Amino acid sequence: MEITLNHYLAVAATLFVIGLMGVIIRRNLLVIYMSLEMMLQAANLTLVAFSRFNHRIDGQVFVFFVITVAAAEVAVGLALIVALYRLKQTTQVQDLTTLKF
Amino acid sequence: METFFFWLFSIGMILFGLGVILNRNAVASALCFAFTIVFMSALFVMLSAFFLAAVQILVTAGAVMVLFLFIIMLLDLTAMEHVPRQKVWMGCALVLGLGFIYIVARTLYATPGGSITADSTPLPLQTSDDTHQIGRLLFTTYVAPFEITSLIILVATIGVIVLCKQDEPRPPSPGEDATRKTPPVESKKETSLTR
Repeated sequence: MEITLNHYLAVAATLFVIGLMGVIIRRNLLVIYMSLEMMLQAANLTLVAFSRFNHRIDGQVFVFFVITVAAAEVAVGLALIVALYRLKQTTQVQDLTTLKF
Repeated sequence: METFFFWLFSIGMILFGLGVILNRNAVASALCFAFTIVFMSALFVMLSAFFLAAVQILVTAGAVMVLFLFIIMLLDLTAMEHVPRQKVWMGCALVLGLGFIYIVARTLYATPGGSITADSTPLPLQTSDDTHQIGRLLFTTYVAPFEITSLIILVATIGVIVLCKQDEPRPPSPGEDATRKTPPVESKKETSLTR
């Protein structure tokens, strides 16, 4: 069986769904953040697959930007989590209900 | 052979991805995430994106995961693992995930992507080096986003320093030192609240 573009897209979609489910079912802010990161990487896999099967390398340049911005974003997000932990002494989302309507 | 390795790396990646969201220990989740990234880099190699595979391992599995592990161990989250799971949310997640998978499967069956194979036409990527091409594109077509990315990193660095700056406890002024002595934790909380 030949590996086609659809195989890669299906695998990336599965990884994206796993990240989405992690965001919904987990209660720890750090693990939720990791799941978000996983969704981002699934999108990266899609972009690289499209770039490969369309014979254009622009998609890989885009993935390069995504990885860079994701790394910066992780640093800022973890700093926010640390600041939140200093304020509230917790990283569980059910304890952070100040803005809840 | 390519088929075998594709399934090996894909299934490994998905299993470790499930490990991220099913492990109760945050450190184990982080390690599973690192392995997910390693398997994804293997898939990048199969897609002949060698430069991105190296960058992925260096940046995501190396730097980002070390940052995650550092924060997990800094905050010491081992005491919070015994919260019972909520079945309602797991059901919601399952329904949402299966619905998403169904939509994607319908879309993939409707599009001609299943007939596009890697060997249908000769590849420009496989013969020449992809690093060369990416570098050329970065400094010609995409030079403006490249420079803006450097600005983003600078802003992120400054932002992290501002966010994580510990407020130093104020030196007691001469009039109030003996009468009023607040514990350091309380004063820290107070100052960070008033900021």
